[in-house]
Amino acid sequence: MAESVVAEAQPVMDQRFEQIMERINPQRLLKVVLPPLLGIIVFLGVWQAAAERIDTSLGQFPGPVQVWEQVENLAGEHVRAREKEAAFYERQEARNAKKLAANPDAEVKWRDYTGKPVFLDQIWTSLVTVAAGFVLANLVAIPLGIVCGLSSGIYKAVNPIIQVFKPVSPLAWLPLVTMVVSATYTSEDPMFDKSFLNSAITVALCCLWPTLINTTVGVAGIDRDLVNASRVMSLSPTLHVRKIVLPASMPMIFTGLRLSLATGWMVLIAAEMLAQNPGLGKFVWDEFQNGSSDSLGRIMVAVLAIGFIGFALDRTMLALQGRFNWDKQAVLR
Amino acid sequence: MNANYLELTGVGIEFDTGGKTPFRALQNVNLKIAEGEFVSLIGHSGCGKSTVLNIIAGLHQATEGGVILEGREVVRPGPDRAVVFQNHSLMPWLTVYDNVALAVDQVFRKSKTRAERREWIEHNLELVNMSHALHKLPAEISGGMKQRVGIARCLAMQPKVVLMDEPFGALDALTRAQLQDSLMQIQADLGNTVVMITHDVDEAVLLSDRIVMMSNGPAATIGEILTIDLPRPRDRLGLAEDPHFVHLRHQVLEFLYARHGTPTAQESAAPVGGPTPVTDVSPVAAPARQESTGSAEGGSEAA
Ligand SMILES: Nc1ncnc2c1ncn2[C@@H]1O[C@H](COP(=O)(O)OP(=O)(O)OP(=O)(O)O)[C@@H](O)[C@H]1O
Ligand SMILES: [Mg+2]
Repeated sequence: MAESVVAEAQPVMDQRFEQIMERINPQRLLKVVLPPLLGIIVFLGVWQAAAERIDTSLGQFPGPVQVWEQVENLAGEHVRAREKEAAFYERQEARNAKKLAANPDAEVKWRDYTGKPVFLDQIWTSLVTVAAGFVLANLVAIPLGIVCGLSSGIYKAVNPIIQVFKPVSPLAWLPLVTMVVSATYTSEDPMFDKSFLNSAITVALCCLWPTLINTTVGVAGIDRDLVNASRVMSLSPTLHVRKIVLPASMPMIFTGLRLSLATGWMVLIAAEMLAQNPGLGKFVWDEFQNGSSDSLGRIMVAVLAIGFIGFALDRTMLALQGRFNWDKQAVLR
Repeated sequence: MNANYLELTGVGIEFDTGGKTPFRALQNVNLKIAEGEFVSLIGHSGCGKSTVLNIIAGLHQATEGGVILEGREVVRPGPDRAVVFQNHSLMPWLTVYDNVALAVDQVFRKSKTRAERREWIEHNLELVNMSHALHKLPAEISGGMKQRVGIARCLAMQPKVVLMDEPFGALDALTRAQLQDSLMQIQADLGNTVVMITHDVDEAVLLSDRIVMMSNGPAATIGEILTIDLPRPRDRLGLAEDPHFVHLRHQVLEFLYARHGTPTAQESAAPVGGPTPVTDVSPVAAPARQESTGSAEGGSEAA
């Protein structure tokens, strides 16, 4: 039994291997890898050349080399900060243990480490904030989009509002959000920072629209025959949404979600700058205020980080779309 | 048998096309269908056959007149008037089994247990010879198979009336002949009342008890009704030579191509709806078309 499985598996493995070998044959490799590689090299060259010609009040504009130096600096800072944090907790532990050994009833204090957040912490904060805003927005956008797509009456009622608020910049929302949050969110022991709420809500207000619009279009555009089939079966509204509307409009909903996440990530940086939410936006702002000779290099690191993370987020959405789409043959890009 | 099982009385419909005057597709359609009867609707493309079917299904609401089924007015779509759609209309994200299950679970939610429903779904797919592909997606099966699943889904709802909109239109002659035979068999066994739209004259004559021939639109109505009094069960090979079959077939062709012209011939013809003189069509045109239909059928007969 086991032998036959192996015997069957063997040709499959061989085939796989051949396929992989074929994929990395030198000629194809050249075709696949060379163009992007060339592009990157040319870009770095142009960047370096341009940087040398730009003098700012904070010194020369950083080229690729200086930026790489800052990456190393930031990594070093990260390691040192982590060491400091670990040392802090170790000291605290030792102190408290000693106290307890001397007097088992002694009141010991456990404090959290409150060092300056390092670059990775800031990236994490930004990711959490954008995720919160994104989830908040789409919890509203998807159901509302489905309702708008199903009922042209409701769509006509909501459409003017969508059209007017869609183009509004996050910077215009932020002051309003800030005031509303500080007026309404007055808990003794707040679960969230106000700055976090301000940025998350601002992000939500801006990334609501792509999902809302795409969901509406997707739901309204479902094949009439499928809708008729559902009507003949007399499916209940909830069953109709679950079995027909959602699967049929899944591709459009995901297109919306992808656009929404991209918008959210873009908006977040601006929102954090102004709301002083301790994320990437604040990092950029602080470096700008700091004005040392390294600042521009460090900001450039942040710019690249923002770009790469945005790209990674988009790829993640694409992978999710592939999993949730019923049409496994669909070409996603 | 109830001779007035399904009644269309003075049915007319106007579509709002955004223009100044609405488009009148149907006018004064009157038809009585008996229980267990097989009726075909035939007519030129765009004359309003699908519209008639959709009104019976309740998917369109007639502007005037109405439909009565078993003494009750039709006001909305429902599983008692199940439709086999022209392009199968299976949910592409559900397997063959799940497509039928969606309908069965809805219709027999209360009256059948889970196990009974399962058996019923499998039984209906068996009826159309689709048991081998229960867990395939519609994209993974052929056009003829999809149409069969569509028929199974329709039959599984145990409708009072089966409505079929050109169910075999997109199929090759061989598959079409096979499905026609299974449909005849199923209808003989279950005694369904069927209203079927078709473009195929031989199909209409072979399957129907009556053929309803519609005049050209706009404001289309029923032009003529032909009773097909061929004895059942019918055998396609035997009938091909049968003089009465040939005669009936000729009558339908004559209505379609001589008295109601082709759509192009009709444009130059007298006011729509009224009878157009036979001379409107060149004498060669009608036999030539007849010939081509005949030879297409020849392929399916050989099967
Ligand atoms: N929803 C609609 N809105 C406007 N006009 C319509 C609508 N549905 C059908 N029509 C018009 O009504 C007429 C009849 O259409 P219908 O689909 O019933 O034709 P048909 O006989 O089924 O044609 P075919 O054989 O090509 O399927 C056509 O002229 C069509 O343009
Ligand atoms: Mg039609």
